[in-house]
Amino acid sequence: MLKKIIIKFLFSFVLITKVQSAENGGMPQLNPEFWISQIVWLVITFGALYIILSKIILPKISDNLESRRSQILENIEIAEKQREESEDKIKEFDKIILNSKLEAKNLFNEARQKILDDIDKKRSELETNLEEEIEIAEKEIQNLNKSSAENIKKIATETSSGLIKQLIGEEINKENISSIVNDLTNNSKENRKNV
Amino acid sequence: MAANPMNQFNVYRIGPEIKLGNVDISFTNASLFMVISTIAILIVLNLGAKKKSLIPDKLQLLAELSYSFVSKMISDTAGTKAKPYFSFIFSLFMFVLFCNMFGMIPYSFTVTSHIIVTFVLAAFIFIGVTIIGFIKHGLGYLKLFVPSGVPMVLLPLIVIIEIISYLSRPISLSVRLFANMMAGHTMMKVFGGFVVSLGIVGGWLPLSFSVALTGLEILVAFLQAYVFAILTCIYLNDALNLHH
Repeated sequence: MLKKIIIKFLFSFVLITKVQSAENGGMPQLNPEFWISQIVWLVITFGALYIILSKIILPKISDNLESRRSQILENIEIAEKQREESEDKIKEFDKIILNSKLEAKNLFNEARQKILDDIDKKRSELETNLEEEIEIAEKEIQNLNKSSAENIKKIATETSSGLIKQLIGEEINKENISSIVNDLTNNSKENRKNV
Repeated sequence: MAANPMNQFNVYRIGPEIKLGNVDISFTNASLFMVISTIAILIVLNLGAKKKSLIPDKLQLLAELSYSFVSKMISDTAGTKAKPYFSFIFSLFMFVLFCNMFGMIPYSFTVTSHIIVTFVLAAFIFIGVTIIGFIKHGLGYLKLFVPSGVPMVLLPLIVIIEIISYLSRPISLSVRLFANMMAGHTMMKVFGGFVVSLGIVGGWLPLSFSVALTGLEILVAFLQAYVFAILTCIYLNDALNLHH
């Protein structure tokens, strides 16, 4: 089958070349019948093409390309400018932030100082008040101490005179009793000290 | 039976016979495809050039990309001095490219598969470049044939070789394009003929080959237009910046 095809294949080629050589002598290109016509029409068409392209169409395309290039360059320039502007703005912004930070710090410090001063003032006031009150209280205590010793003596004299009256049924001079009480209290004080 | 693969290159008259004096300049299928290519180029590029948006749409991008492609090609090979010839090289590149590409449409005609068309283009380039060279450098342009650093003994031989190579430029330039286009289209026709003659049983192999060949031919169509334009730039470079 394959052999048949190949044979037919080769055979057909031979057949074609035979037919071709039988039909005419060679290439139509070498037949000068229409050479002049082809030259004339080539000159007309190519000339027209060249003139229209060079005078009308190519300048347009070149203009298009040029305007695009300049447009792109312009855009790049604008973008560059805007970038610079934005960089300046960023710098400004940074400056503002720095300043406000400093300000905030100052404000904070001031406020702190104020509060500290306040606290000091209040504390010193409180301390003086306390001292005064302590003084008053100490005085009162001293007074109380004094008066209580007198009172105790008085009471001791009275109770001892009462006791003696009940035991003996006789009144004794109050001055004697009070001197005894004084002695006793002095003794007891000394005892306490010794202990 | 398969048609003659060379029949696709036949030129025939369309419409009445036009005679200018004794010369036949009738409108032919070749003329038709030259006109179609030219109009297609103008329409595409004009639509692409009309919109001036900052972000291009497809057609605008096409026009601008081809502009910058050719512009870069010229500045890379011939430097900034070649700027005045940009329009010509751009037209040349687009014309050859569109003629090649229209030739890829089945049943169409490939203008550039005719030696006379490519030869006229190449001869025009050759003559133009030579004139530019002589205008820019005067008789000093002849130094092109005398490479520096060649021993005196070899100089006569080298000069002869250089002159021959210079004179063969239009031939090599035109034959390269013409032969590439003709060979490719003939191949495609031949393989198309195989598909028909082998039928449904064996036609698949040449058919798949034909598909691959179509892709290759589209590549060749672009590549040959590029080569044609870049060789023009190189010749122009020789004429503008004489540093042999």
